[in-house]
Amino acid sequence: MKRFGDVVAVAGVDLELPAGKLISFLGPSGCGKTTLLRMIAGLERPTEGRVFLDDEDITDRPPHLRDIGMVFQTLALFPHLSVAGNIGYGMRIRGVGRGDMRTRVEELLQLVSLEGLGERRISQLSGGQRQRVATARALALEPRLFLLDEPLSALDANLREQLQVELRLLQQKLGITTIMVTHDQREAMTMSDLVVVIRLGEVEQVGAPLDVYRRPATPFVASFIGRTNILRGEASDGLVRIAGQTFDVDGAVTPGAVTVSVRPEDAHLLVGEVPERNALSGRVVFVRDLGELFECYVDCGLEEHVVVAGSPRERVHVEQGERVTVSFPREACVVVRG
Amino acid sequence: MLAVFFLAPFGFMLATSFYRRIEGGFYEPAFVFGSWQRLAHGVFIERTLFSIGICLLAGAVCIAVAFPFTYFLTRMRRRPHVILLVLIMSALALSEVIVGFAWSVLLGRAAGISNILVWLGAMDEAQAYQPSFVAVLLGLCYIAFPYCILTLYPQLTRLDPEVTEAAQTMGASPWRTFWTVVVPIGRPIIMAGFLLVFVFTLGSYLIPAFLGRPEHWTLSVFISDQATFNANVPFAAAMALFLTVLSLGVVALVMWTESRTRRAF
Repeated sequence: MKRFGDVVAVAGVDLELPAGKLISFLGPSGCGKTTLLRMIAGLERPTEGRVFLDDEDITDRPPHLRDIGMVFQTLALFPHLSVAGNIGYGMRIRGVGRGDMRTRVEELLQLVSLEGLGERRISQLSGGQRQRVATARALALEPRLFLLDEPLSALDANLREQLQVELRLLQQKLGITTIMVTHDQREAMTMSDLVVVIRLGEVEQVGAPLDVYRRPATPFVASFIGRTNILRGEASDGLVRIAGQTFDVDGAVTPGAVTVSVRPEDAHLLVGEVPERNALSGRVVFVRDLGELFECYVDCGLEEHVVVAGSPRERVHVEQGERVTVSFPREACVVVRG
Repeated sequence: MLAVFFLAPFGFMLATSFYRRIEGGFYEPAFVFGSWQRLAHGVFIERTLFSIGICLLAGAVCIAVAFPFTYFLTRMRRRPHVILLVLIMSALALSEVIVGFAWSVLLGRAAGISNILVWLGAMDEAQAYQPSFVAVLLGLCYIAFPYCILTLYPQLTRLDPEVTEAAQTMGASPWRTFWTVVVPIGRPIIMAGFLLVFVFTLGSYLIPAFLGRPEHWTLSVFISDQATFNANVPFAAAMALFLTVLSLGVVALVMWTESRTRRAF
């Protein structure tokens, strides 16, 4: 728990994270994920609560005594040192001998594909190269914990995707416990073993990427990760009614308001009005056919348009203004609230 | 612009240094070496060396205090940060005369620091710490301090706090971080601040006069002395020129050594 004056940045977070895995702290800007990471690093002191590393209470330990390596959002490379100087800094502080240091720096340069660039100045490097130097530097002393604060946010899209894969492969090769903060859900989905979704300082859900995607626990998680259709209705007498239609849903419901999430690719489009359970009829508002992807926006009388998506094989030929029925299979109707 | 405001007066002073002094306080255009010959005497050589020495020392002391101070200042929370900055900058409003008088009282025997110490029981008898070498040094540092901070401040505020945090995550304690990261990065401004204090204090003539005995007077005191009391303007001009050229030489030497000792790792 971390409070800055009147602002509660992180509240009641109780997490136990597995070793050797890549864990993402995912959430929108300002949700407290970076604050949480900094508390793990020792750069912020929790107002309440403790931090444990392998059953050791490290809450009162300053950052330079924790066994961590961290990559910062701004990379924070030392401008007055060369690439080799940056990577070898930790070893220099520890008093490692010249020869050993040089060998290890070479090893690390190879690990991040920067062989031969040891003598370059930081100002001479590209964004991607700098990122790799920051990574090598953080891993130089073989820390128990590898922390990354939005490490790829400063890079352009292509480079980012390439480095996502590189970083993940590197992490898997080294088997090092890694915690990464990101606001990009695709990045989290690509790289993580475990995703921790955070909103306004609280943990909304923890799980493997596909689990979080398929079974979101809250409306926020459902709409933050991927896109979804949020359907709101009422439950009574064991039945769920949405927009006047009866629905069978996946999950327990209590009487009262119910919110259901259905991914666009799980919904089906039927031409004409087909009366059946788990279906809403409406009018086609927009068709988006990108060749590789097909999307249809339907106005079913809800607050937002229902989106039906599918691969080219599932393309249903409809036109704007046509009356259609959208079917929501029971297994795809995930109860996210109520 | 440069020609009008710098070269012309400089040239005029150069010419004046060769003029002949007339008894009674005036000088006439001439070309004599009298002033320059007088300058070559032991006393003035010794005074020059002393001036350069004490001003280099003042530079070192100022930087040694101002650099860590400014660094911590930039790390402070907004409110105390701004208040401290305003307090320091307000010292700039004080003239050298006021500073000189204030320190001569503070270091004196009648109503100074030692009187407080006696009152607190730490000392038996009040002592006068001025006029003395330390008093002059203290006074010089005091007037130069705000300027030193002004030189260091912009660069230090721009220092990314994540850089020092990164050093800490790699095992450097705050102390080691300061010496292995902050100081090397701040090297250019440390040099700039040091040289600024050196040049600035070299021109101070009131502080050494107020707070020091004649053996602590810098060349600037003698220059003003000769110009105002002895009315020997040509001689004053010669001394001033000599001082200017010499200090330029020292600055050049320091900058040259600094660029030679720069390393990559």
